[in-house]
Amino acid sequence: MKEFIEGSMAVARGVAVCRPHVVSAYPITPQTHIVEHLSEMVADGDLDSQFINVESEFGAASVVLGAAAAGGRSYSATTSQGLLLMGEVLFNIAGLRLPISITVANRAVSAPINIWNDHSDAMVFRDAGWIMLFAEDNQEVHDMQIQAYKIGENPEIMLPVLVNMDGFILTHAYETVETISQKEADDFLPPFKPEYYLDVNKPITMGVLGDPNYYLETRYSLQEAIDESRDVVKQVAREFKEKFGRWYGDLIDTYRTEDADTVFVAMGSLVGTIKDTVDELRDKGEKVGLLKIRCYRPWPGEEVVESLKNIDNVIVLEKAVSLGASGMMADEIKASLFDTPHRPKISNFFIGLGGRDIPKESLIKVYNQVKEKPQYNQFVDLKPELLEYPS
Amino acid sequence: MSDTKTKKKRKEKPPIEEPLLAPGHRACSGCGESLGAKLVMDAAGPNTYATCCTGCLEVFSTPYPESAWKMPWIHSLFENSSAVAAGIEAALIAQGRDKDVNIIAMGGDGGTADIGIGCLSGMLERGHNILYVCFDNEAYMNTGVQRSGLTPFDARTSTSPPGKRSWGNKTTKKNLPGIAGAHGIPYVATATVGYPNDLINKVKKALKIQGPKYMQVHVPCPLGWIHPTDQTIEIAKLAVLTGLIPIYEMEYGEVTRVRKIGKNRRPVEDYLKPQGRFRHLFAKGAEAEEELEKIRQIAEDNIKKFGLA
Ligand SMILES: Cc1ncc(C[n+]2csc(CCOP(=O)(O)OP(=O)(O)O)c2C)c(N)n1
Ligand SMILES: [Mg+2]
Repeated sequence: MKEFIEGSMAVARGVAVCRPHVVSAYPITPQTHIVEHLSEMVADGDLDSQFINVESEFGAASVVLGAAAAGGRSYSATTSQGLLLMGEVLFNIAGLRLPISITVANRAVSAPINIWNDHSDAMVFRDAGWIMLFAEDNQEVHDMQIQAYKIGENPEIMLPVLVNMDGFILTHAYETVETISQKEADDFLPPFKPEYYLDVNKPITMGVLGDPNYYLETRYSLQEAIDESRDVVKQVAREFKEKFGRWYGDLIDTYRTEDADTVFVAMGSLVGTIKDTVDELRDKGEKVGLLKIRCYRPWPGEEVVESLKNIDNVIVLEKAVSLGASGMMADEIKASLFDTPHRPKISNFFIGLGGRDIPKESLIKVYNQVKEKPQYNQFVDLKPELLEYPS
Repeated sequence: MSDTKTKKKRKEKPPIEEPLLAPGHRACSGCGESLGAKLVMDAAGPNTYATCCTGCLEVFSTPYPESAWKMPWIHSLFENSSAVAAGIEAALIAQGRDKDVNIIAMGGDGGTADIGIGCLSGMLERGHNILYVCFDNEAYMNTGVQRSGLTPFDARTSTSPPGKRSWGNKTTKKNLPGIAGAHGIPYVATATVGYPNDLINKVKKALKIQGPKYMQVHVPCPLGWIHPTDQTIEIAKLAVLTGLIPIYEMEYGEVTRVRKIGKNRRPVEDYLKPQGRFRHLFAKGAEAEEELEKIRQIAEDNIKKFGLA
C-alpha cells in the first residue's frame, strides 16, 4: 500500500510486519519517533510484541540480547550516545551469534553535543561483528528491516544487523512509501527458529569462558560467518526484488558508471544528492557516476574493485573521520585495490559532519577540485574564520 | 562410626536429585558462593532459567567446553544479568513459554551493587517476575579482591589496604536490600550460607511470589577474607550472630521478619579475628581499639534497627 509517512514510521511499519517478539529501546533524538510509533502500535493492539521500556541503551541492548537468547525475534533502535552506550553489549551480541536487528538513526557524537546527522556513531562498530547496512531513502529503510532479519537469521549466518538511516534527513522526512503488508511479510520472512536457544526442556549454557585454547576459533568463525553473509545479503536482495519488485543494489549499487572516468563513493542519504549532482554534471558532458556502498560490513571488496576497474578518479565522501588516521572507507577502498592491476586515484573528503548541509554546489566544487588534482583528507565547506583564535 | 541402622535408613530414601549446579566445577575449596548458588538452584528446581554476571561464579562454572549448569543458563556481561533476564522473560511471554518456570538472575556484590545497579533498578522497577540473587562475598573476588560497595568497614582488600594512613575500607556496606526494597517490590530477603535451610526456604518463598524479588546471600570467601577453608559456615554464622549481617525479609519496602540473635549474640571480635582481612585491627594500641569500637557500633545499630536482640 502506498502511504505518505514519516521515515520513522516507515521503519516502524517495516519492523512491525516482522512480528518481533520483543522491542526494547531508550529515547534519543532523532531515533525517538521510531520507538514511539512502535509503542503506539503495541498500545493499540496492532503489534503483538513485548515492549520493554528500560533505564538506558545499555539496558535495551541487554534486554534484546536476553530475548534473542530465549529464541525471540528482537528489535531496538538508537543513535549516537545511545549506540556508544550499547557498545559493550553490541560486541557481546555478535560473539553470542544472536541475530538481533537495531536501527541506527545516524547522528554525530559528543563533544560538542550535536543531535544532527553524520556517521560517526555507526562507524565505531565496524569491527564488532555486526552486518552494517546503510539506507538511501525511506522506501529502502522500510524494506531493509525485513531484509535484515532474513539475512541475520539465516542459519549459516546467525549475526546481528545494524540498519543505518540518516538522522533527521530520513527519520523526520515525509515520503511516499510502498508499505509491506503482513501477508507479504509472512510469505517472505519465515518465523525465527534458532537451532540453539534457552529452553528448560533442552538446557544449554550460553556465554561461556573461552580461554586461549578456544577463543581464537570463535573469532575465526565470526569472521567466516560475516564473510559468508555477503552472498546472503545478495541473495536476499534478489529474493526481495522477485517478490516486491524493488531493488536498491545488494552489497553495492552503481549509477551511471558505464562510461564514467570519475565516480563518487558514498553511503546513506547522501547518495540521493549525488545522483542529482551526477545528472547535472552529465548534462554538462562530464563522465561521472556513483558507487553506492549499501553494505559496509561485510566490506564488499570484490564488488568495489569490479565497479572501479575502468575508473580514473574516485571521490570518496565520508560522514565520519577516523581521527588520527584517515577516512575509513577511503582506506578500505585503497586496500581493496592494492593488489589489482588497475589503481585509480582515490581522493577523499569528510562531509556533512554534525549535520552540516550538503548542497549540490558543494559536490560540484569537490568534483572540480579533484579534476584539477587528487585531494586527501579534505573537510568540505570548512569555515576558516571559525578556526581562528579571537584576537 | 556409622551405625548400620542409619545406613539402612539412608538407602531407603529416594535418590538425591541431581544437583543443578553440578560438582566438579573449579571454585576454590570452601567457596561460599558456589555453595550458595547450589542451594539457590536446588531450591528453585529444574524449570528455571538463569542469568549470571561476570565474576567468580561464571568463571569457575563455565570454562569451555565444560559447564556445571544443568539448566538453561546464560552469561552476557558483568553488569547486565538483570536486563538479560528481563529480555528472557519478555521472549518467553511472547512465545507463550512462561508458564510454570522460574527466572533467576545472579551476580556478585560488585556486579549487583556497583556496576549493575542501573540494570538492577530497571528490572525491579518494571515488575518482571524475576528473582535476583546477589552473592555477597564483599569484594571483587574474580579480579583479585578489590573493594566493592558491599565491602565492610575497615576490611583489607587489594584496593583498600590498611597502611600508615589507613585502616582499610573507609566506607560501610551500601544498603542494597534497602535500596531494592525502596522500589516497593513484593519481596526482599537477606540470607547466608551459614543457615542453609533459611536460604532454601526464602528462595522457595520468593519464587511463589509474582513480581520482582531481591535476595542478598552472604557468602564467605576463604581466599579473599583469609580464613581456613573449613571455616566457611562457621564464619558465615558468626557474621549473623555478631549483628554485622542482619538476616531479614521485607515486603513492599517494610521489614516483616528478622532472624533474632537473642542470647546467642557474640562479640564482633569473634567474627573479625579469624579473618586475615581484619587482622590489622588487632594490632596493639588505642587507635585499633577505636576502630573496633566503630565496628561494635555498626553491629549495635543493626541490632537496634532490625530488632535482633
Ligand atoms: C565492564 C567490566 N568492568 C570490569 C570487569 C572486570 N571484572 C570482572 S569480574 C569482576 C569482579 C566481580 O566481582 P563481584 O561482582 O563481586 O563477583 P565475585 O567475583 O566476587 O563473585 C570485575 C571487576 C568486567 N568484566 N567488565
Ligand atoms: Mg564479590
